[in-house]
Amino acid sequence: MLVKQLSVFMENRPGRLFKLTNALGKEGIDFVTLSIADTKDFGIVRFIARDNEKAYEVLKREGFTVGQTELIGVEVDDKPNALASVIGILDEHNINIEYLYSFVLTNHNSAKILMRIENTEEAIKVLENEGIKLLSEKIL
Amino acid sequence: MEKEKAKGYIYNPEYECMSRGEMENLQSERLRKTVKRVYENCAPYRAKMDEMKLKPSDIRSVADLSKLPFTVKHDLRENYPFGFYSSPKSDIVEVHASSGTTGKLTVVGYTQNDIDVWSEIVARGLAMAGVTKDSTVHVAYGYGLFTGGLGAHYGAQKIGASTVPASSGNTIRQLTLLRDFGATHLCCTPSYAIFLGTEIKNAGMNIEDFSLQGGCFGAEPWTENMRKEIERLLHIDALDIYGLSEICGPGVATECLQKNGAHVQEDHFIPEIIDPETLEPLPFGSEGELVFTTITKTGQPLIRYRTRDLCTLNAEKCACGRTTVRMGRVKGRSDDMLIIRGVNVFPSQIEAAIMNVKGVSPHYMIYVDRVNNLDVIEIQIELDADITLDKVKDVEIIKKKVETEVNSYIGLSARIKLCESGTIARSEGKAVRVIDKRNK
Repeated sequence: MLVKQLSVFMENRPGRLFKLTNALGKEGIDFVTLSIADTKDFGIVRFIARDNEKAYEVLKREGFTVGQTELIGVEVDDKPNALASVIGILDEHNINIEYLYSFVLTNHNSAKILMRIENTEEAIKVLENEGIKLLSEKIL
Repeated sequence: MEKEKAKGYIYNPEYECMSRGEMENLQSERLRKTVKRVYENCAPYRAKMDEMKLKPSDIRSVADLSKLPFTVKHDLRENYPFGFYSSPKSDIVEVHASSGTTGKLTVVGYTQNDIDVWSEIVARGLAMAGVTKDSTVHVAYGYGLFTGGLGAHYGAQKIGASTVPASSGNTIRQLTLLRDFGATHLCCTPSYAIFLGTEIKNAGMNIEDFSLQGGCFGAEPWTENMRKEIERLLHIDALDIYGLSEICGPGVATECLQKNGAHVQEDHFIPEIIDPETLEPLPFGSEGELVFTTITKTGQPLIRYRTRDLCTLNAEKCACGRTTVRMGRVKGRSDDMLIIRGVNVFPSQIEAAIMNVKGVSPHYMIYVDRVNNLDVIEIQIELDADITLDKVKDVEIIKKKVETEVNSYIGLSARIKLCESGTIARSEGKAVRVIDKRNK
């Protein structure tokens, strides 16, 4: 029930992001999502590729500090308050979100929300009980 | 009003102005006593000498010095903590320590006699800068296991000057005390003296309101340019004071107002210059590694201790009237020790600290620089190639752990920068781990 994501540690200096995207681009790997957490000294690039396993191999080979992580993905209607209602459920159960990002695919009326949560199992249970539609890797 | 200038004087002319012949006789007599003492009381020395089939009676004068074995920092560490004492522990009245190469401290025990020797030699040094019983000496070296603070303190008290044990840190308070207490002399590291000087304006103060005349600065190597800068900023005569805790602490040698080499207190310490590769003694005037034999200490006398400091010795009589040998500025080290804010740091300590942290690799670089006249150290470390870092917090935790470990090993805070794996240059052969960007 979890969505696989790749996380890459990157020093905050010019050219690093290009090196990563170029390495994947040359291999014909397509991004589904990409987000960056930035600090003064470094950033963490988080992304989902069409072919995560191949992306992981490519980046390992190229010497990137890359690891695999798992996210909870949910699908909500693309309308006001949809995100808040999902977060509200977690909040009620005192479940903390480490980070979150969302995206909308073209030709869909729904938005996808991807969340990193420490206590994954409990979060899944709570969301399913409330009838929230969970994403798997394939749905992406 | 014209401010007073530092007026140096000779504290103990009987010893500081001895003829070379008298000095050699005195040194020979004291050397014989010291060799006998260490042979009879200090197991590591007895073992070294027995191994060389050397008896105390083989050492009759300073001419025999080169027959004696060397002592290195490693020997002290091997016999941690008190194995190098030549006096019963009950006679030790004070213990100091400095950092060793792998985190283990180098310990030095002092008897009351040794504290008296130390007070005397620092008093001689402060007298060179003009300290009298009417002076006020502000000590901004750290007080504690580090010998800087208490060494300067003992010397100033021996003279009978008002001593202000300010210790290190809190620049605004330092400046306030210096001005309000009318300090005539300042003792601290040369880089901190410059820092204090540059902060006077920022603190809204005026150097004209200070009473400073002179200062003795040491615990780290410095340059003529730094001297000029200190003298310009603080309106004083800035003199170099040299020492190392193993031998005694600050005051082993101090510059007089001629500013042309530091007078070694030769009636207490015999200096030699050796080739650090062949270990052969070199004639005066040659550059090599400075070696000291203590000849009056009783707690932990050391024979031919290799300081690892590279410099020259000069036996010509000084224009100040003193006849003691002068050492030139320390030009470098024969090992990889760094002196950062007066603290001895070995790259191996940093490596040992890093190895305690999970998530980082043994690939690192140490950058030392001087920013706003203060030494800064940055350690760049590669992350482990197989680590998964997904949250900013994951990285911050590793960084914090490295900071804590490094701080506990070297006693200084270092800026830590975590790098992507594979980005720190690998070198073939001897790895270059340190880049020191401070002005030479």
